[in-house]
Amino acid sequence: MAALAARPWLREALWGLLIVPLLAAPLFAGAPRALLVAGSALAFWRAFAISRRSLRARQHDAVLPLSLHSGWMLLASLAVVLVPHSTRLPAWLTLLVVLFIGWRIAVMRRRLQPPPRALLVAMVSAASGGVFLQYGTLFGREPGVALLAIMIALKLLELKSRRDAIVLVFLAYFLVITNFLYSQTLPTALLMLLAVWLVTSTMIGFHQRQPAFRQTASLAGQLLVQAIPLMVVLFLFFPRLPGPLWGLPRDGGQNVTGLSDSMSPGSFGQLSASADVAFRVEFSGPVPRTAELYWRGPVFWTFDGRLWTVGSSASPGPTVAPLVRPISEPVAYTVTLEPHFERWLLALDMPTAVPPEARAGVDFVLLANAPVRTRVRYEGRAALDYRVNENETEANLRRALQLPAGLNPRSVALAAELRASGLEPEQIVDRVLSRFRDEPFFYTTNPPPLASEHTVDQFLFETRRGFCEHYASAFTVLMRAAGLPARVVTGYQGGVVNPVGNYLVVRQAEAHAWSEVWLAGRGWVRIDPTAAVSPLRVESGIAASISIDDPLPMLVRGSLPMLSRAGFAVDAVANAWNQWVLSYNTQRQQQFLRNLGLDSTDWKSLSVLLLAGAAAATLLGALLALRGLLPGRRDPAVLAWERLCRKLARAGLERSPSEGPHAFASRVAAARPDLAPAVLAIADAYVQIRYRPADPGRPAAALADELRRRIRRLKT
Amino acid sequence: MKDASFLPAIHRVIDQVGTVILGKHDQVRLAIACLLARGHLLIEDVPGVGKTTLAHAIAKSLGLDFHRVQFTSDLLPNDILGVSVFDMNARTFTFHPGPIFTRMILADEINRATPKTQSALLEAMEEQQVTIEGETRRLPEPFFVIATQNPSHQIGTFELPESQLDRFLMRIRLGYPDADAERALLAGAERRTMIDDLPACMDVAGLLALQSQVRSVFVAPALIDYVQALLAHTRRAAHLTSGLSPRAGLALLNGARAWALIDGRNHVEPEDVQAILPSVAGHRLHGQALGATVPGQELAERLLAEVAVP
Repeated sequence: MAALAARPWLREALWGLLIVPLLAAPLFAGAPRALLVAGSALAFWRAFAISRRSLRARQHDAVLPLSLHSGWMLLASLAVVLVPHSTRLPAWLTLLVVLFIGWRIAVMRRRLQPPPRALLVAMVSAASGGVFLQYGTLFGREPGVALLAIMIALKLLELKSRRDAIVLVFLAYFLVITNFLYSQTLPTALLMLLAVWLVTSTMIGFHQRQPAFRQTASLAGQLLVQAIPLMVVLFLFFPRLPGPLWGLPRDGGQNVTGLSDSMSPGSFGQLSASADVAFRVEFSGPVPRTAELYWRGPVFWTFDGRLWTVGSSASPGPTVAPLVRPISEPVAYTVTLEPHFERWLLALDMPTAVPPEARAGVDFVLLANAPVRTRVRYEGRAALDYRVNENETEANLRRALQLPAGLNPRSVALAAELRASGLEPEQIVDRVLSRFRDEPFFYTTNPPPLASEHTVDQFLFETRRGFCEHYASAFTVLMRAAGLPARVVTGYQGGVVNPVGNYLVVRQAEAHAWSEVWLAGRGWVRIDPTAAVSPLRVESGIAASISIDDPLPMLVRGSLPMLSRAGFAVDAVANAWNQWVLSYNTQRQQQFLRNLGLDSTDWKSLSVLLLAGAAAATLLGALLALRGLLPGRRDPAVLAWERLCRKLARAGLERSPSEGPHAFASRVAAARPDLAPAVLAIADAYVQIRYRPADPGRPAAALADELRRRIRRLKT
Repeated sequence: MKDASFLPAIHRVIDQVGTVILGKHDQVRLAIACLLARGHLLIEDVPGVGKTTLAHAIAKSLGLDFHRVQFTSDLLPNDILGVSVFDMNARTFTFHPGPIFTRMILADEINRATPKTQSALLEAMEEQQVTIEGETRRLPEPFFVIATQNPSHQIGTFELPESQLDRFLMRIRLGYPDADAERALLAGAERRTMIDDLPACMDVAGLLALQSQVRSVFVAPALIDYVQALLAHTRRAAHLTSGLSPRAGLALLNGARAWALIDGRNHVEPEDVQAILPSVAGHRLHGQALGATVPGQELAERLLAEVAVP
């Protein structure tokens, strides 16, 4: 035991040998949880003991007045956490906050007096009332943050003691969290990291006599670095909720641009103005040609003359087993879909596999089991060359032939004419496509509105200017009128390969609509009438096909090479952030845990794992951070001496820490003459080892042994 | 222990000075330790408690030649260092050395002189040499300065700045004698005649030998740790406005060595450091508590209480 006491390192290592297997217990199935809890408790206890020992070594009185430097630091950290909120708060509130901070600065520069107490109380109630009037409530995200911001500003005005400042520091930490209620992007995270660092160094400054920014900042940086293991553990093991943690019902969905569950003329033109990312795709092999990249979304069966909808029996009905016969080798890819608050998962035409927690509709639309409220990631496989549903059910074929009665008479007549001419179905398709190709049809995001009730007639015979939905709709109507089962497929076409991250970015502007025609013997065949009008749209993407006068986001158009290269880099970083941090959701956590060999992933075992991980990380952190402070090998003579002191303390003779050995021995000798000879001799022996030059004739180890023996023999 | 022969002599010196300055055994011992550690001594106290007498008695007992300079506001540097005078007969300048060319000089009431004159003396203390009219002259070895200072802030005094206080290894206070000592003092012979009659207990060679012996007193790593912990504490402690310098640390160590040697030991123990620390650190520490200045002596005692002996 003495050898261990003399070597705290060895002791901690032995503790580690005991603790680590306990913490590793969940890796073995069937191990009782109690082992893990015991291991965690032991680890936390050791970490606490190590820290306490080091804290005792450097304790000193830290009751200090708040310096001007600390005041400025506090203002700076509050500014960093408040600035992102300033755009979201009502203007009057932002103005008030700035005003109060200005007042504080004036007080610090001795230009103004802090407000009297009565005025403060009045301002607090007025501000709360204002927030209530603004939002109608004091609860919820917006009013909560508003209240917090204004109260922080008011607290600044009554800043007197260090205690007030510490309250403000903790409020600043809380404000850091509130920023994530609004944005979880990488820039926000970086800004908030800066804020945490600043706030921490501010807090350190409160406890220093003459805080210097460099010193406090470097100490805060060290603290943050030391917190990394714990952060990683919390990130990996904290139980994930399916859905955003603070997703209040009214926060979601209404402002998202994207595909919708219906299509009318003009609905895609609006999307073309949006540079928002719809989804990103990583291909495990080479990226297919742009002309092959048809991303399948909702399929529309029902037409009422203006609006295309999914139709009544499409999604809930009995699922016909998908009958996709790949002709080419399927392509594997992984999609990271941005939340769009609908259920469909975009898939490359034609999907041959269905991701878990999703199913395929009769028209091969992949539908998730719940609306996509958070960014999801799923793997897909697609056959670029395929035959699909060569034997379609009668019901479906009938649905694919429905047309609203009495509408679009000219189109119906045109189709009837085609049908009457005795052409084969393929030839009818070709004929219609060549009509689009040869007659003066134009492809534009900005077509004239179709006001007539006969929208297809008006487009086909009058305006002849349209976007993809016009062509898909007109083509499908013509096919149905000609007796060929047809449906409208919406989704996205194309995408831009990000060379930095080597993945495909598909933006809302790439939304597209096309047709599928069922041909006997070939099944559903994709026909893109837009390709007939504007082949560039399909082969080179939207940017190449749209006239320069039409509105299109700069990022999509990519006209400035510098900008687009920077854009690629920014998007690659954002994508990595999404992939590795934000989209670490319940499924990926479970996948990660399964890879660790853990099967049960309910929240209970996760909590236990979290505890174990945090315990291990804390113990590791304590050992690493305090390594320099732990005495590597304590002098055995000192340990023996401390033992004597403990022994005498039990006998009522306590040594003050600042008492030298001989001084203590003399005091003991005076108080207890019976012990005098032994204690004086022990003190002599101790001094001999500790303070005298080494005697070559009497090695220190032998002297220490003798000292220990004397101390053991001492009877108090 | 080699040169042990001089140790009894130094004890005789302490005892002999003790017969003149009654009841001040510790202060006499500290003064001797300071001299053995090659440091200069500052005695601070009110007039009439025997500052000059102590200095004179020590000089006499150690067998050192002794000059006393009364510092006044019109004292000039040359009054201490010396001056070259034109010799009409030899038609050359001849240097007339000032009172500083001695082994022990008593600078009485040093704070009454102007800073210029003070610094002339303090430079000599630091360099062990003086430069007069472009010529550097070495001072004899050993060279001691015992300065006295009147703590009361009278008009026309120039308090020594901190940087110059740092040149004094120790600052001691004599204080009033206790009742017995005072009775003996009043009944006893006149001090001046007593000093005149004091025999020298040792010679310069013995003193030099003891000084070099001080340097060889063993300091264990554990003791270095203790001194370092004391220094570090002064730099961290919130109630101190400035910490102790490394020079103060060396002073502490050398003072402790001399103290241990006087005690007849060839190694330093924590108690030695504790014995001399108030004198060594007292004039170097400045602190405040509740807005009031705390005397250095108190700060030093608090420092000792707060730092554990490792």
